[in-house]
Amino acid sequence: MLLALPIVIPLVTAGLCLLVGRRVRVQRALGVLGAGGLLVAAVTLFARVWREGVLVLYVGGWRAPFGITLVADVFAALLVLAAALMHLAVSVYSLADLDGRRQRYGYFAFLNVMLTGVCGAFLTGDLFNLYVWFEVMLIGSFVLLVLGGQRAQMEAGIKYVTLSLLSSALFLAGVGVIYGIAHTLNMAHLSQRLAVAATSHPGLVTAASLLLLLAFGIKAAVFPLHFWLPDSYHAPPPAVTAIFAALLTKTGVYAIVRVFSLVLPPSDYLFGLLAVIAGLTMLIGVLGAVAQSQFRRILNVHIISQIGYMVMGVALLGSPDAQTRQLAIAAAIFYIVHNMLVKSNLVLLSGTVRALAGTEQLSRLGGLLNRAPVVAVLFLLSALSLAGLPPSSGFWAKLGVIQAGFRAQAYLLTFTALFVGLLTLVSMLKIWSAVFWKPAPEPCSSDDALPAAAGTPPARRRALLLVPSVVLLVLSIGIGLYPPPMLATARRASRELLDRAAYVAAVGIHAEQVEEGPFRAEVHP
Amino acid sequence: MLWTILIPLAVAGVAPWLHRVLRARAIWLLALVPVGVGTALALRVPREPLGAWMEAAEWIPELGITLAFRLDGLSGTFALLICGIGALVLLYAGAYMRTDPHLHRMGGLLLLFLGAMLGLVLSDDLFVLFVFWELTSVASYLLIGFKHEKQEARDAAQKALLVTGAGGLALLAGFVLLHSAASDAGLPMEQAARISVLAATDLSGHHLFTPALLLIVLGAFSKSAQMPLHFWLPSAMTAPTPVSAYLHSATMVKAGVFLLARLNPLFGDSAVWHVLLTVTGAVTMLVAAALAAGQSDLKRILAYTTVSVLGTLTMLIGVGTDLAIKAAAVYLVAHACYKAALFMIAGSLEHATGTRDIRQLGGLFRAMPVTAVSGVLAAFSMAGAPPLFGFVGKELLLKAKLDLEQLGVVLLLVATLANVFLIALALAVAIWPFFAPSAGWLRRGPRSAACRLAHEAPLPMLAGPLLLAIGGLFVGLIPGVFDRALGSAMASAIGGRPIMMELKLWHGVSPAALTVLGISIVTLTLGFLLFLRLRAWLTHIAAVVARLGRRGPARVYDLALTGLFASADRVTRLTQTGSLRQYVRVILLVLIVTSLGVVLSAALDGRPLSHRLVSADGLLAAWYWHELVLVLLILTGATAALLSRSHVSAIALLGVTGLLIAALFALFSAPDLAITQILVEALTVILLVLVLYRLPERTEHKARFADTAIALAAGAVMAGIVLATAALHLPATVSEHLARLAKPGAHGRNIVNVILVDFRALDTLGEITVVAAAGLGVYALIKLYRRRKAGEGTS
Repeated sequence: MLLALPIVIPLVTAGLCLLVGRRVRVQRALGVLGAGGLLVAAVTLFARVWREGVLVLYVGGWRAPFGITLVADVFAALLVLAAALMHLAVSVYSLADLDGRRQRYGYFAFLNVMLTGVCGAFLTGDLFNLYVWFEVMLIGSFVLLVLGGQRAQMEAGIKYVTLSLLSSALFLAGVGVIYGIAHTLNMAHLSQRLAVAATSHPGLVTAASLLLLLAFGIKAAVFPLHFWLPDSYHAPPPAVTAIFAALLTKTGVYAIVRVFSLVLPPSDYLFGLLAVIAGLTMLIGVLGAVAQSQFRRILNVHIISQIGYMVMGVALLGSPDAQTRQLAIAAAIFYIVHNMLVKSNLVLLSGTVRALAGTEQLSRLGGLLNRAPVVAVLFLLSALSLAGLPPSSGFWAKLGVIQAGFRAQAYLLTFTALFVGLLTLVSMLKIWSAVFWKPAPEPCSSDDALPAAAGTPPARRRALLLVPSVVLLVLSIGIGLYPPPMLATARRASRELLDRAAYVAAVGIHAEQVEEGPFRAEVHP
Repeated sequence: MLWTILIPLAVAGVAPWLHRVLRARAIWLLALVPVGVGTALALRVPREPLGAWMEAAEWIPELGITLAFRLDGLSGTFALLICGIGALVLLYAGAYMRTDPHLHRMGGLLLLFLGAMLGLVLSDDLFVLFVFWELTSVASYLLIGFKHEKQEARDAAQKALLVTGAGGLALLAGFVLLHSAASDAGLPMEQAARISVLAATDLSGHHLFTPALLLIVLGAFSKSAQMPLHFWLPSAMTAPTPVSAYLHSATMVKAGVFLLARLNPLFGDSAVWHVLLTVTGAVTMLVAAALAAGQSDLKRILAYTTVSVLGTLTMLIGVGTDLAIKAAAVYLVAHACYKAALFMIAGSLEHATGTRDIRQLGGLFRAMPVTAVSGVLAAFSMAGAPPLFGFVGKELLLKAKLDLEQLGVVLLLVATLANVFLIALALAVAIWPFFAPSAGWLRRGPRSAACRLAHEAPLPMLAGPLLLAIGGLFVGLIPGVFDRALGSAMASAIGGRPIMMELKLWHGVSPAALTVLGISIVTLTLGFLLFLRLRAWLTHIAAVVARLGRRGPARVYDLALTGLFASADRVTRLTQTGSLRQYVRVILLVLIVTSLGVVLSAALDGRPLSHRLVSADGLLAAWYWHELVLVLLILTGATAALLSRSHVSAIALLGVTGLLIAALFALFSAPDLAITQILVEALTVILLVLVLYRLPERTEHKARFADTAIALAAGAVMAGIVLATAALHLPATVSEHLARLAKPGAHGRNIVNVILVDFRALDTLGEITVVAAAGLGVYALIKLYRRRKAGEGTS
């Protein structure tokens, strides 16, 4: 049952938030409580998986591969944990950042719908079910994006939903083709049957894999499928951008890691393609970030660049050396978690700055080092972490990717990764210099100043804005100062992902069972 | 040893609060930290050559990274310099910046840097060293940009961080390669990153050895301002003077030299190492010395002479003979002392007169006697004049070069020339402001009024320069003290072999010693002559330097940065057009391009395509004429939709196509699918008509032609994949089982229903959530929109 909680809790929270109607205070309480409950469930789940190994839940009692199976390995449990943490941080932050109108009309409900989809996507062991959770996530995020109904939000929403639906279509087509090939949807079962199919029909299996790659690629915002992200993330309030930054693209990356390490047979063509995509994504993403002139936009576009590092880990699966492959996936996993913590925190801080100064335009900001030294320190440390400077989680994430890259002898890609690190630094210095170091420009009557938020927020609001940032930064620095636990987790997750036989056995796919039964699982106590 | 690093870092963290409580007195407390740490370390520095005090604690066993530290002659000397000069600089800064509102930041940042630098020199693990290496870069960034209201300071800070940061990335790559080379060589994981272990291992045969060497050297060069990466250092002079004295002359810029010295036992036998270090060092030494002569700002003169000395040190390590290493060891310590002193003196001059332009300064001896004495002592040291420490260093330097036959003459000439410049500049910096006739440098123009009002600096600002200068004098007179205390141990650690120091002032009357003496005298004389002419030549040299500067590496940096921003703009404008149509096009094009080859090979898997299409069990063989008619109708409908000029007719035609597809479903005995399809099509048509009714007419033909081509190609790709799938026949065990299980297992006769509500109920739950959330979302949107409208109406 524990396995279903990360899906059930946000779903129930969403329902309750809708049921209480327009009572904002109850909704706020429910939102934070639900997020807290999810975090507790996620911690418990992770601890249990760490202790006992892969957990499996046969939904409705139908054994794999007949029903839908939920599977929690270390990778899935880790990401659920990270997502729950970000959810709680953003929920608390939202209490101060979001206006009452948005909260009244279901902000917390849709936030939880999105989380249902995200947790479902992490925990499912079924390819079509993954599609369903992607849809749930999509609709939740879409409403969050347009909630408020400003013109910029609507424009962003149209682009986001159109391109996401294109992704869904490709995903669905891919699932259809894969079902046509293997006649099953269970990931463990697929892992076996696609391996068989790949020996006789390598081209077809690769084509189906390619459809999935493109579908997940759009979700993950890799170049050149990333267009929706820069055109939509700036529109909603910072809290929404922060949770998007933490979860949306990462779910796409999760899916890429999951299917390429566990489900799909290896294909040199696709690994080569992934390597090209990874390099270009890093480069174009960071160039896009450097080109922006707005605090939050720089951070948003920069997300793309970081996705490149994660995809690079998957691309290195093409290496012939098993240990290198394991290092590469471990590096990608480490990078995902690090990036969720740090990038979202930076977005939150951009929101705090917006609340303080009333604008996000770099040219209109300034003097915040003297005005808000705490925010300045929080930003600086997070930004340096993002740029991969020690001692922070970002350094070990970068080091892992580079070590794996050199081991796989992917020199061009690795040097690209290093160079992009420098450009990341440029983009972060651009913000630091303009927002915190530069003297404040003459106050002018700006159009985009936020009337309610401008000026120094009262103490309680300030605390709500800052506490999530402090917690996230402490985690990032903590991982940086003592990385072994996180490294061990990433390594173990990677080992599990690459050990297909063990996963298949854990899910309970046995050739004779598929033929003979039993079809119903014994009820677990 | 870890504690000696952590204590300054921890105190740095609380420094702002200390300052709030103790105000200006806080700086005294902060200065106690390096004194204490330095004393603790000094007591443990091993005296014998190659002796070392090692300490290691587990940190990241997964990556083979150990918190390993080594206190030997090299790191010990550095640590003492860092702590000693650090304490003096802290005191100096407290007085120098007494009125600065951000003084509370300065103390903390200096301690942060101090801790990082200690960590850097004490580390015995490549990656631990790198962590501290980057930390010093960050501290330097914050300190250079200390006066952050000025654009100039912000730019200089960024320049320093980007140049050293780029070097840092090269260094990291080099370390990773070295680490993996060491692992390949059979070192156990926890040993492969230990510098002391690597030094004792021969890795020169490994194919990654030379790439690692080059990358590491590049990193060291960027930090130690070797040509052509030197340009950030003169810009960094926008930092407050205590920072320049500490980071950008005495300690941080020597981190690169330290790294070269540290890894010399590992790389020292490589020819690449010799050539690279010697040549780069020699070029840097000469060019920087010449560039220094073109400056009129005290701090910029000192900055360029620092670059020159860093070049000399690099060159000496590259030469690598016993004498050269001895010379490097002595020169490094001497330079750290006198250059820090000179910087502090420059700061005192600026503090007293308000200017750093040597042309404006003169006749200050009466007003600032103590500073003047420090200046003379330090300058003599810098000029290599006896009996100061610097002379000993320079003597050794010259002797070392005579040992190396093939390069000796060239290097000697280069070094002599560079030293002529350095001597002239030492006189100009440290003698002139105090003893020049009060008329000032330039005949025309009155002496700046500030010089007449100048006053002696307060005590904390006198202590630093005087102590450092006297220290040099003391050690210079009794060189055996430095020799016994640290010198031999330091040189041995650099060489990786026992090197006994024998520092003497008087070398007897052997021919070699006389040559050295002769060269010294010639250099000194030429230097003095140049100094006399410098006043007249300064403007001309400055013009030449400025002209060179327009083509120099600083210009390359500027161009690269503007180029980066310009290309970032261009790339972003190109990719992020904002046009949804174009985004969809690109994504479909990606699908087409990436899948073309795959689809062809998929179609050809096993058997030729033609055979698969027309054979007895192939696809075309099984077609009936009414199916063909339907397909033709569908194609016609789609084509007509493409060609139609109005939105409404296009939608209607698409609807027709959808209905025909429903008919196809019905023909292939899937009535449930057909029904769903009909419903969805009807809804879609209605919704689209409602929405698109308001949109403008359709776009021009040309865009539509491209759209059509892309759509057709994408469709063809999908069709190809589906065709290839349909030709595949694997046993469909799962669906057969589901069909069999539906009645007995799930108690339902309608297999589709059973799948939806039982076998795959979770999917259905998810889809219901989607539909519900969509509906509620639309509701919320409308409500919010109305309220906004209403709000706008009333206000």
